[in-house]
Amino acid sequence: MKTPLAIAIAAAFTASSAFAEEPKAGGTIDTIIQPEPPGLVLGMIQNAPTRTVAGNIYEGLLRYTTDLEPQPQLAESWEVSDDGRTWTFHLREDVTWHDGEPFTAEDVVFSADVFHRELNPSARAVLQHVEAIEATDDHTVVFTLEKPFGPFLISFEAGTFTMVPKHIYEGTEFRDNEANNHPIGTGPFKFDNWDRGTVIQLVKNEDYYEEDLPYLDGINWHIIPDGASRAVAYENGTVDVLPYGTVENFDIPRLTELDNTCVTEQGHEYFSPFAMLWMNNREGPTADKRFRQAVMYAMDREFARDVLWNGLGQVPLGAFGSNARFQNDDLEPYDHDPDRARELLDEMGYDGEEVRLLPLPYGETWTRWAEAVQQNLKEVGINVRTEATDVGGWNQRLGDWDYDLAFTYLYQYGDPALGISRTYLSSNIEKGSPWNNVEGYENERVDELFDQAATAFPDEEREALYHEVQEILQEDVPVGWLLELGFPTIYRCDVKNLVTSGVGVNDGFKDAWLDR
Amino acid sequence: MLYARLIVSRLFKAVIVLFMIIIFNFFLIQMAPGDPAAILAGEAGATDAEFLRQLTERFGLDQPLHVQLWRYVSGVAMLDFGFSYRQQVPVLDLILARLPATLLLTGTAFVLSLVLGIVAGSLAAARVKKPSGSLIMALALVFYATPLFWVALMAVVLFSVYLDWLPAYGMYTVGAGLEGFAFALDVGKHLILPATTLALFFMAIYTRMTRASMLEAAQQDFVKTARAKGLKNSVIQRRHILRNALLPIITLAGLQAGQMVGGAILTETVFAWPGIGRLMFEALQQRDYNLLLGIFFFSAALVIVFNIITDLVYRLADPRIKEAS
Repeated sequence: MKTPLAIAIAAAFTASSAFAEEPKAGGTIDTIIQPEPPGLVLGMIQNAPTRTVAGNIYEGLLRYTTDLEPQPQLAESWEVSDDGRTWTFHLREDVTWHDGEPFTAEDVVFSADVFHRELNPSARAVLQHVEAIEATDDHTVVFTLEKPFGPFLISFEAGTFTMVPKHIYEGTEFRDNEANNHPIGTGPFKFDNWDRGTVIQLVKNEDYYEEDLPYLDGINWHIIPDGASRAVAYENGTVDVLPYGTVENFDIPRLTELDNTCVTEQGHEYFSPFAMLWMNNREGPTADKRFRQAVMYAMDREFARDVLWNGLGQVPLGAFGSNARFQNDDLEPYDHDPDRARELLDEMGYDGEEVRLLPLPYGETWTRWAEAVQQNLKEVGINVRTEATDVGGWNQRLGDWDYDLAFTYLYQYGDPALGISRTYLSSNIEKGSPWNNVEGYENERVDELFDQAATAFPDEEREALYHEVQEILQEDVPVGWLLELGFPTIYRCDVKNLVTSGVGVNDGFKDAWLDR
Repeated sequence: MLYARLIVSRLFKAVIVLFMIIIFNFFLIQMAPGDPAAILAGEAGATDAEFLRQLTERFGLDQPLHVQLWRYVSGVAMLDFGFSYRQQVPVLDLILARLPATLLLTGTAFVLSLVLGIVAGSLAAARVKKPSGSLIMALALVFYATPLFWVALMAVVLFSVYLDWLPAYGMYTVGAGLEGFAFALDVGKHLILPATTLALFFMAIYTRMTRASMLEAAQQDFVKTARAKGLKNSVIQRRHILRNALLPIITLAGLQAGQMVGGAILTETVFAWPGIGRLMFEALQQRDYNLLLGIFFFSAALVIVFNIITDLVYRLADPRIKEAS
C-alpha cells in the first residue's frame, strides 16, 4: 500500500520531465543545513552535512545520475583495459581552482595517493585495491589495480574521492592547514563566509568551466538547531529548500501540502540509506538462526513504512537494497506472518528470555519505530526491553557488543562491495566500532563469495556470486532488514532543476535556477 | 579598605574552588559512556581501524588518564583550553565567538525579568486583596508553570508565522548586509522574542518573591511606626517595605546571573540563537571533551564572580551585614 504522499511524489516525477524551460540566471537561494558541519574540507571530513554543503564547492572526477550512471565532471572521458586492471581518465583542460591555479593531473595523483590514503577511510576502502596512480601528462591519469575491482568506477563521487589542491596541501600537516578555514575547490560555488551557529554562505564561481553554470548567485545555508523552527523557517518563506533530514517526519505531510511546494524522493540513490536491526549472533536467543527468522516474520515493516515514514521508502527483500546492483529477485520474502514466527520460536524452545533493544538516538521517528517493533515482537511472545541511550552511549554499547537487538542504518554507496559486504564479512569483526560486522556473523562461504565477487570481472561473473551469497544470507538472517529509507527533499516549485544527480542537493545547486 | 580585603580573600578562595571544579569536571566527563573518536567516525558513515587510531592519537586519548589530566590542567593554567575535537578550532576561540551573543540574550532577559518582576511584585503586594493583585499573581503562576520551550514555540507561531511582526529565529537577517544602526535595530528585533521568553520564567519568580517578602516586611513594627508618622503610602512601600524585602531578591538575582553563560540552552535552540548553550549541548552530544570542559570552566567562573558581586551588593543594600562581618 502506498500513501497519498508517495503517489503525489510519483506523479511529480512524470510531470516534471514532461516540459523543459529556458533557465534564468540570478538569485540567491536559502536552505538549511542540519546539523552544523564540523568543517568544510571534503575528504578530510566525510559526514553528511559536510558532504551536503561542500559538495557544491569541491568536485570529483565523475558525477552520477539518479540511476548511478557515471557522467563526465573533472574527467571528460575514461577507458578501461581489457583485463579490467588499468583505468585511464582524461581530464578537462580548462579547469582552475578557486584561487586561480590550474587543475592538473598532479592534483588528482596527490588527492588520491597522498591526501585520501592518509585521511579518508571511505576512499581507503577503494584505494587498497589500487597499485599505482600516475599522471602520464598534465591531463591524463592512469590508475593500475592489483585485480579488477567491481565498484571502481562508482567511487569517484565528490564526497568520496574529492579533488583537493596539491599546491595548498602538499608538505603540510593536513588537519592543521590554515586553508581548511577557507576551502578551495573547483566547483560551481566558492566559499564566502561561515558565521558559526548562524549561516554558511557560498557565492557563484564566476570562472566556472561549464558554460552558463551555475545559474544561482549564491547559497545561504541557515543553521537552525530545532526541528520545529526549521519547519517554521520554510513556512514563513525564509528558506526555499529543505534537504532531507532537516524536518521531522511527522511534519512532512503538512509541509508538502503548502502552496507552491514540491517534493522529490530522488537524489539519495548513491547513499541509499538502509535501515537494519543488528541482532547479536554471539549469545542469547538471537544467536539462534530460527529466532532471527522469527523476528523477521514478526515485524510489520509495511506498517512502519506507511505510518512512521509517510509511505516513503521501500521494504527490502533481503540484504541487497533495490538501488544496489546485483539484487537477487528470486529470494523467499519475509512477509509479516506472526504465526510462522511463533512456530519458529516453539521449534527452538524459546523460554521467554529477555532481549534488550537499543533504539537509534536520532530523533522521534526512530523512537516510535522501536516502540512499534517492540510491540510486534511482544505479539509473538518475545520478551523485549527497550534501553534508550544517547549517541555516545549507543556507539559504545554496539562497539562493545553489549546488546541483543539494535537499530541502525547504513549507506550502500552504489555497490555491494562498498556498502553491503562490510556488514557480513568475518574479517570485518573488530571490537570498538559500531560500523563493522557488529552482529558477529561468521560464514566461510559468505566470506569467500563476497571476496571473489568484489574482484570478479566482468559484471556477469559478479552477478552469479552475489546471487548465491544473497540466498545464504536470506536463510541465515545475520541482521534484520527493515527499510530502504526514502529521504524526501522539499522545495518551492519555482526552484527548478534542483535534484539532478544520485547525491541530490549535495551537488545539485550547480544546475538549479529560480523561476522568479 | 574592608572591601579590598574582602575581595582579595574571596578571589583567593575562588581560584581554589575553580581548580577543584576543573578536576571534578575532568573526571565527571570521563565517566560518561562513549568515545569522541567513535562518534566522529560514526558521523562519517564509514570508518576503519586506522581512522579511529589517528583520531584517538590526535586527541591525546591514547595517553593514560593522569597524563591527560596533567596536560589539561597545565594548559588551562596558561589559558590554553585545547582544541575542539569536532570543529578542530581552539576552544577559546569558539567560546569567545559565542559569548557575546549569549550575554546579550541572557543579560537582556536578566534586566527585563528583574525590573518587571520587582515592579509587578510590588504592585501585587500593594493590591493584595484587590482583583488586579490577584490577576498579576495568576499570570505569574502561569508563566512559572509553563514549559519554556512551549512558550517559545507558541510565541513563534503567533508573532512570526501568524502576525508576521517579528523574525522567527536567528540573530540577524542573513544576506541583508546591514551595518551600523540598521544592524543594531535588526539584532534588536531578533532579540525580542527569545529574550522575553527567557525572561518570563524568572520574572514570575521575582514577582512571587517580591510580593511575599514585601507582605512579610509590611507586618513589621517599623512599618506601623512609619504609618503613625503619617508618611504617604507610596513612600512607605518604596522606602521602607521594598528595601527591607530586597535581600532574598538579591540572592535570587545572584543565582540567575550566575547561570547567564549556560542557562539558555532551550531558548537558544528554539530560536537558533548562536550562543554558548547550544555549543554546550552539541559538545555534550559529540563527547567533545575539551570544548565541554572549556564551557564548564567559563560557567563556573561566572557563577563564582557573581557570588562575589552578590556578597558586595548585600552590603550595599543592608549595612547591617557589613557591621556583622
